[in-house]
Amino acid sequence: MATKLVKGNTAVVIGALYAGADCYFGYPITPASEVLQEASKYFPMLGRKFLQAESEEASINMCYGAASAGHRVFTASSGPGISLMSEGISYIAGAQLPVVLVDIMRAGPGLGNIGPEQGDYNQVVKGGGHGNYKCIVLAPNSVQEMCDFTMKAFDLAFKWRNPVFVLADGTLGQMMESLTLPEKAIEPKIDTSWAVAGTPETRPNLVTSIFLDFDQLEKFNYFLQDKYAKIEAEEASWDEYQTEDADTVLVAYGICSRIARTAVDMAREAGKKVGLLRPKTLFPFPKARLMELANGKVKRFISVEMSNGQMQADIKLAVECKCPVDLVYRLGGNLLHIDQIMAAL
Amino acid sequence: MSEKIIESTGLYKSFPRKGGAAQTATHYCPGCGHGVLTKLIGEALHDLELQDKAVLISPVGCAVFAYYYFDCGNIQVPHGRAPAVATGVSRATDKVVISYQGDGDLASIGLNETLQAANRGEKIAVFFVNNTVYGMTGGQMAPTTLVGEKTVTCPNGRDPMTQGYPVHMCELINNLKAPVYIERVALTDPAHVMQARKAIRKALEIQKEGKGYTFVEVLSACPTNLKMSTTETNKWVNEVMTKEYPLGKLRDNTEATEVVRPASDFSKEALDKVFGAAKSEEKAASSEDLPDVQVKIAGFGGQGVLSLGTMIAQAGLSVGRNVSWYPSYGPEQRGGTSNCSVTLATHAIGSPVIYRPDLLVAMNRPSLEKFKNDVKPGGVIVYDAIMGEVEMPAGIKGIAVPAQQLADEAGNPKGANTVMFGVIAALGVTRLPDVAFRNALANSFAKKPQLIPVNEKLLDFVRDWAKTHA
Repeated sequence: MATKLVKGNTAVVIGALYAGADCYFGYPITPASEVLQEASKYFPMLGRKFLQAESEEASINMCYGAASAGHRVFTASSGPGISLMSEGISYIAGAQLPVVLVDIMRAGPGLGNIGPEQGDYNQVVKGGGHGNYKCIVLAPNSVQEMCDFTMKAFDLAFKWRNPVFVLADGTLGQMMESLTLPEKAIEPKIDTSWAVAGTPETRPNLVTSIFLDFDQLEKFNYFLQDKYAKIEAEEASWDEYQTEDADTVLVAYGICSRIARTAVDMAREAGKKVGLLRPKTLFPFPKARLMELANGKVKRFISVEMSNGQMQADIKLAVECKCPVDLVYRLGGNLLHIDQIMAAL
Repeated sequence: MSEKIIESTGLYKSFPRKGGAAQTATHYCPGCGHGVLTKLIGEALHDLELQDKAVLISPVGCAVFAYYYFDCGNIQVPHGRAPAVATGVSRATDKVVISYQGDGDLASIGLNETLQAANRGEKIAVFFVNNTVYGMTGGQMAPTTLVGEKTVTCPNGRDPMTQGYPVHMCELINNLKAPVYIERVALTDPAHVMQARKAIRKALEIQKEGKGYTFVEVLSACPTNLKMSTTETNKWVNEVMTKEYPLGKLRDNTEATEVVRPASDFSKEALDKVFGAAKSEEKAASSEDLPDVQVKIAGFGGQGVLSLGTMIAQAGLSVGRNVSWYPSYGPEQRGGTSNCSVTLATHAIGSPVIYRPDLLVAMNRPSLEKFKNDVKPGGVIVYDAIMGEVEMPAGIKGIAVPAQQLADEAGNPKGANTVMFGVIAALGVTRLPDVAFRNALANSFAKKPQLIPVNEKLLDFVRDWAKTHA
């Protein structure tokens, strides 16, 4: 297996290319810009299509176009850019298009700063744009997963005809780790049953999100909710560490889950029964497993996040407040410190 | 609701997507230019045999339902974004792409996308219906509303002092270099319709030949919102509107050649070649179980802090260690201090952020003072001897390295960073074998292989120095 030392942002591009991504449309923003830069380097080397768009509105709509044609397309940005893309993401969800989006979160609100934060949780996990839609959200916590989850995102996007986010933070984008290159490369095929590719077989097709008739739109909305329910049933994914006998379980994703894992080791050394549940998907959220734990030995959950309790709220909903769900968090672009977790244990 | 399209080509025979009873009538109002334009584009699509290779973009506005009619692939898109969507379709497929837009969509909310797509010379045909008002939303002022013209949002007539002047899209686009064809036409009477027909066919021929961007502005009557009869509105377009928006061809660059786009390569062979799979490290399965080694490197931006960290990480990777490298990123990059954390491990790495390093490499005094008390008991601090007298925390071994002096002595004055790297290699604190450091050196100078031997020599020189000084 061939390994390389690369940044998380580079791993995203490598994963996308092995996943058969044909087009990249993006706009610069720190700390996601390396995705754009690496795409500008590698896509043309493979005859694939790279374009620096005039804005995030344009880049998400270029994605809408390429995805409508059935091609594999993705873009990357950070909070302020994701805000600008929200209109397009709603249309993509409404038109059921497979688009992969990567959010390398920075600190907000507003212009904020370029340090790592997880403040886009609600925006990305809950929808962000208008209407009753959901994106599938994957949360890597290593450079290897930045690559692997990006590949997985393309599979899910096409399986469900739905936008899929890879939600990471500035730390994961900027850090380097060893990356084992993917063992297979996808040679994508156009799905002629729905795509509009400018070909005889796709000539009858229409990509749209407009349903003028109220009853039709209602029916379509229920169809979407049904799809989201199936996604919840089939795609929830998580890791557990030392949860078997734990009375306290940390819940953390992304870079916080790495810090929390070290905290679990330190707490265990001090004889405390602490475990970690790390969601690998944020939608769907591992609700059922959290409820199982709450019904078992766990007396307390602690949400460890770099946002203001945005994930804590989802844990509370998942365990229906059967036990306390506390919060350890840090904001503003500074990495959460392990001492904060230790102090809470 | 009564304009009937009879014997048209390029359009569906009836319009089931529209629903309702009148399945052969369009949704456009009587006297509206959209019906005529739809028919002209459909006829050109058919005659040029483009229906199997064309994608038509329906905008937001009165033409939002263009997909009811055109017998080709159809995509409906957000307000103003048609040129961006068209760009995506065109880049992905290299087929014929048509963007059909009104004045609010194209010249107001979508002005940026319009100009940028034109400026890039995208291979798209834009048909721009200018009727001076927002039709679908009920007759509000458009960027193209004439001075003095009354609409529901400028009830006293457009006043340039508060609402500016009409926007001339053909003329704006004509300032750009890339567009191939630009013409303004009208749909007010048979003679004008025939000229419009010619322009539309010309634009689509250029698309068929893949030559680039075409823009046809179509002055069109909106009797409903202008609150005039069909005859009066057409007369108004001919006599008043064309004074503001003169008809004619602004550009016809028939000499343009086809814009050729490359074919995508999805093969694993090509990918492995691009990412140097053959040249990458084979990850050695390590049966060793060693404690994590954590290294912090800090100094001024420009002192090679991040690259020294990268070399240590690369050394670890080359002998099968799990490694992580985390930089302080951001404003530090543009001056000031910089640091990075490197972890070398034989099992999964937890936090990539280091709180208690085993080894601190300090390239300047502020970095030394900032981090020296974090170093683990029994740990090591390597610092540049240029700092002079330094007080070490209890239980920490300090090594002052005259990096520049040693580099000079070894005849390699640019090698101060390699000196530091050599000292780290000699110390053994990283628990990496000698070969790891040589691998990293070779990797670091892969693009200038002639520098590898001199730097290897420097590594040996520093090793000897370290035997007596460290």
